[in-house]
Amino acid sequence: MRVLLTAGKLRWRRRKFLFRAYRKRRQLKVLVDRTGQIRPKNILAFSTVRDEIVRLPYFLEYYRKLGVQHFLFVDNNSSDGTTEYLKAQPDVSLWSTDHSYKLARFGVDWLTWLQIKYGQDHWCLTVDADEILVYPHCDTRPLSQMTKWLDETNRRSFGAIMIDMYPKGKLNTNTYKAGDDPFAILAWFDAFNYFVQRKSDLQCLWLQGGVRFRHFFKDSPDRAPTLNKIPLVKWSRRYAYVNSTHSILPRRLNHVYDEDGVEKVTGALLHTKFLHIVAEKSREERRRREHFANSDLYDAYYQSLSENPNFWDEDSYAYRDWRQLVELQLMSQGDWR
Amino acid sequence: MTVGIVMLVHTALDRAAEVARHWASNGCPVVIHADKRVSRPDYTAFVEELSDLPNLKFSKRHRCEWGTWSIVGAAQTACELMLSSFEDVRHVYLASGSCMPLRPVSELVDYLAARPRVDFIESATTQDVPWTVGGLDSERFTLRFPFSWKRNRYLFDRYVRMQRRLGYKRRVPLGLVPHMGSQWWCLTRQTLSAILESPDRKIYERYFRRVWIPDESYFQTLARLYSVSIESRSLTLSKFDFQGKPHIFYDDHLQLLRRSDCFVARKIWPRANRLYATFLTDSLAVQRRAEPNPGKIDRIFAKAVDRRTRGRPGLYMQSRFPNYGRENGVTSAPYSVFAGFSDLFDGFETWLAKTTGSKVHGHLFAPQEVEFSGKQEIYLGCLSNSAALRDYNPYSFLNNLIWNTRGERQCLQFGPADNQKITSHIARDPNAQISVVTGAWSVRLFHSNSNFSDIRKSAAQLQKIESEFLDVLRAPATKARVRIWTMAEFVESPMEPLQSIIDEIGQRGPRRLTEAPKMVDLSGFGQFLQNLKNQGMHPHLMGDFPAESQKHQTPQVLSKPYLVK
Repeated sequence: MRVLLTAGKLRWRRRKFLFRAYRKRRQLKVLVDRTGQIRPKNILAFSTVRDEIVRLPYFLEYYRKLGVQHFLFVDNNSSDGTTEYLKAQPDVSLWSTDHSYKLARFGVDWLTWLQIKYGQDHWCLTVDADEILVYPHCDTRPLSQMTKWLDETNRRSFGAIMIDMYPKGKLNTNTYKAGDDPFAILAWFDAFNYFVQRKSDLQCLWLQGGVRFRHFFKDSPDRAPTLNKIPLVKWSRRYAYVNSTHSILPRRLNHVYDEDGVEKVTGALLHTKFLHIVAEKSREERRRREHFANSDLYDAYYQSLSENPNFWDEDSYAYRDWRQLVELQLMSQGDWR
Repeated sequence: MTVGIVMLVHTALDRAAEVARHWASNGCPVVIHADKRVSRPDYTAFVEELSDLPNLKFSKRHRCEWGTWSIVGAAQTACELMLSSFEDVRHVYLASGSCMPLRPVSELVDYLAARPRVDFIESATTQDVPWTVGGLDSERFTLRFPFSWKRNRYLFDRYVRMQRRLGYKRRVPLGLVPHMGSQWWCLTRQTLSAILESPDRKIYERYFRRVWIPDESYFQTLARLYSVSIESRSLTLSKFDFQGKPHIFYDDHLQLLRRSDCFVARKIWPRANRLYATFLTDSLAVQRRAEPNPGKIDRIFAKAVDRRTRGRPGLYMQSRFPNYGRENGVTSAPYSVFAGFSDLFDGFETWLAKTTGSKVHGHLFAPQEVEFSGKQEIYLGCLSNSAALRDYNPYSFLNNLIWNTRGERQCLQFGPADNQKITSHIARDPNAQISVVTGAWSVRLFHSNSNFSDIRKSAAQLQKIESEFLDVLRAPATKARVRIWTMAEFVESPMEPLQSIIDEIGQRGPRRLTEAPKMVDLSGFGQFLQNLKNQGMHPHLMGDFPAESQKHQTPQVLSKPYLVK
């Protein structure tokens, strides 16, 4: 009985999300619509951005190389030239909005609407501009080969762990130039300092850990950032992300992990948050109060970030490639050999 | 004498052309069958591109569909053309457009020339092999399959079910014993022409037209009739995943394919540029004369299957979160938990580290902070020594620690004053070696400088906690290697228990302990326990400590720190 009740509740929750997305569609103003280029089976990327001119050149180049054929961006009031830059890209469709990011469930409502409209039956990659996806064999096999394999194994969602990458020394020591490989600077990460539990209602995992966990959340570990992500989903217009891409409804899509003791193929999202611009951004985010549900609670976090701390430690690992992440158990090839 | 290559092509024509050119220019006649579904302009361009090769021909096109007779039909037509057009062909090799030679063509030619009468065709009866995925094995040969599996799955399944219910069975033509095997074979002219020119061909064909996946059984069965010498194996390396789909080879398989020593592999991803560039050049022409060895690859793929069926032990992450009992190891490596030892011996941790060569931590679950070995703040893999972070999820904490330090055995101290949330977790972990000296925590109290009423209070509390811990360890569900002594027992003869623990850790091979750890001074301890008793707290976990017995206890241990046994 309780199982049915939860299922029913979740169904209504999902419908609520879809309705929200429908209502918020008018907040989006189309700037460039190149969605006519989208062909069946194309892999699409969805992202909400705000002042990401520094990260976008590498982001676009990286995902184009992986085989993303079209990018759908929502620009939330950028002022640093992001809008103009994205407009000029041949494979980008761009919408803009100056409504609240927070009230749109951190951009999810907007993207859900775009996914309803354009994502049906496509593999959809939903990532922020500071998330770079690596997966097993990503140096030799494009994304389309993996999605083909996922299709063959009847899976519609692909999980990843978000790994906070950080530099050696203070965060603003090295200046990153747009277009460069960010991991030349953000070369370090926490190898296995990740804490995992399962959420019973959504049946998704709840991963926390990494450098922010040990650095900022010693007093309130339950508030530490969530690291489990489901960035790649073969979309249906009935799906809706719950919060960011951490979990999704219907909840069967959250089963990107295996429960019988075997491993499923997963990837990792390398987080390029801690570039030299992070201090300035943190000051701004603290002012805007548009991130996190209880923005007040994160004041200390933003405060210390804006002071350019040093995350590096003797036990930090230097990033090499996807093989290293598999060896370190952060991701798995599953049986995709 | 040479080898003729029959290629069945349906996609990635550019790659097929590349491979065909490679075969043809190395002296092997090639006959290509292109699927009729390839569009006319594409086909014309394809033919045009290969038109300069004198020993390459195109056969009449069939419309091919997976699992049906059409593929066999295509192979028959192409083989007939091959046998009639190229007189000097002795072996005919059936390949697909996504096959790729892994060794120089001349090596294949020599290999086959040395075995002029041998047919290489995998063929086994359905009873003998567990290959088939999805339930149809011997029924392939006894039911009818008029509906397409790919396009009409529903009717296909229904029709199969109906035939099963009605008990319908086709008769296999007289003299035929159905065999199955890989559809990529290499037959001699004699055998192949016997199959194609057999007076009974019509009968057999009529039968096989309605067999399920005849390309895996037509030639395989008939070769058994006509061949003088069958080697039941395919010269083409092809792997299938657990669902029965052919495994695709990518650039990252280069070394693997090289080591296999197989002549041909499929299925190669058309855009695996590095593979094509490597294997289609003649620079490889080192005469190796090695036997094909697909076993090497099998072992690696078996590992993959293993990971599919079992997963890495003790792994909890985005790929794997096993349900209770399905973990295949709660943690990833053996470790030891010592309860009471560091209270009983001075410098136990140093001694243990020296004796066993393992990494010895303090009380990892101490309430104030994690006592990593050497009091480090951040430990391997960036684990923090913050007690709050640890207590947030002690299971993950322990799993992470054991995983991060793999290759080096971890030892940790434990006691009733520590966070007890972890006890059931370690108790059901076969990797845990738990040794407990019960009641040893009281030695700390005995030596402390607190008021006796406080001592009494905490003694009662700690005793209760430890009793619960012992209950967990003694529960039937416990899988850890557990040893429990009362303190009295242990103090009586400490060396023997220590020896057995150290032997089990076995880091440096079995050897006798020569140096004992130094036991703390216990004179007056019996009286201390008696005082507790007198005040109404009954300390039962320490075992039987007579109030007077301490006098000969301590000197005994102190007098022989070096054992010569």
